[in-house]
Amino acid sequence: MDAFVFLVSAAIVLTGAVGVLTSRNPVHAALFLVQTLFGVAVLFVLQDATFLAAVQVIVYAGAVVILFLFVIMLLGVDRAEDLGVEPIVGQRPVAAVIGASLMGLLLTLLLVATDGPTGAPGRTAPLGDAGDNTRRLGEALFTGHVFAVELTALLLTVAVVGAVVLARTVKGPLQPLPVVVVATATEPDEPADEGAEEEAEEEAKEEGSA
Amino acid sequence: MVVTTSWYLALGAVLFSLGAVGLLTRRNPLIMFMCVELMLNAVNLTFVSLGAELGDLGGQLSVFFVLVVAAAEVVVGLGIIVAIMRRRQGATADDLSVLGG
Repeated sequence: MDAFVFLVSAAIVLTGAVGVLTSRNPVHAALFLVQTLFGVAVLFVLQDATFLAAVQVIVYAGAVVILFLFVIMLLGVDRAEDLGVEPIVGQRPVAAVIGASLMGLLLTLLLVATDGPTGAPGRTAPLGDAGDNTRRLGEALFTGHVFAVELTALLLTVAVVGAVVLARTVKGPLQPLPVVVVATATEPDEPADEGAEEEAEEEAKEEGSA
Repeated sequence: MVVTTSWYLALGAVLFSLGAVGLLTRRNPLIMFMCVELMLNAVNLTFVSLGAELGDLGGQLSVFFVLVVAAAEVVVGLGIIVAIMRRRQGATADDLSVLGG
């Protein structure tokens, strides 16, 4: 039964990934990405990681892909892209070689390492069964890793502020950054500034004449 | 047939490679982002599999933090893409070489 579920999920995951790579329309790529994410969620359930499976569906398939679709629709790039052109000569063969060698390297490592992971077993916290998973994960997060959890909260806040600043529309032409005048005891070096301005004006004139 | 950890690791390796190839070949920045998500998912799958193999919760804890970082990355990345696309319709990753000055 496990093998059957694994094989079906693996097929779903891989076809979804190939779909993301080859679909010409970004909307289709986003939908194929949902397919892959659901397949990975099933594999998480299969390994008793029930909380992560739920989070995978809610956060990835529910939030991240919807955000992708929002941006695709907002920007109006939901039209088919011509995959026939190759902008950089030799880009695709090189990418294929790199990808094949990466896959070969990783799979060879797996074949060579027949003993499985070596070294002492982990000591973070014991892994519970599926019904116990969420409680154990919560306990580990909010006892041993509480500082990391707080840091991720800070990271998310910074990301939200950054997104708001980036997506802000500026009315009219771009304004120069405001000059902050810091009151200092000594007078600024006036002649040097004037010289710099004159040079800038001369350069502008030269560019205008050329 | 018994599903061993190696099966999951092999699937993760293939998924990661597919994501890497997509990142290198596609030009649409949105699809490049989706390929990064594919690679992150492959790594998440590897984390969970090895955690299950070793009977340790650390793998799942790492996946939790990877999820948070991926969410933050998507938010900022899509903000940047929106800002670029507003100034230049249909910009591809190659067009951004003008940022080099």
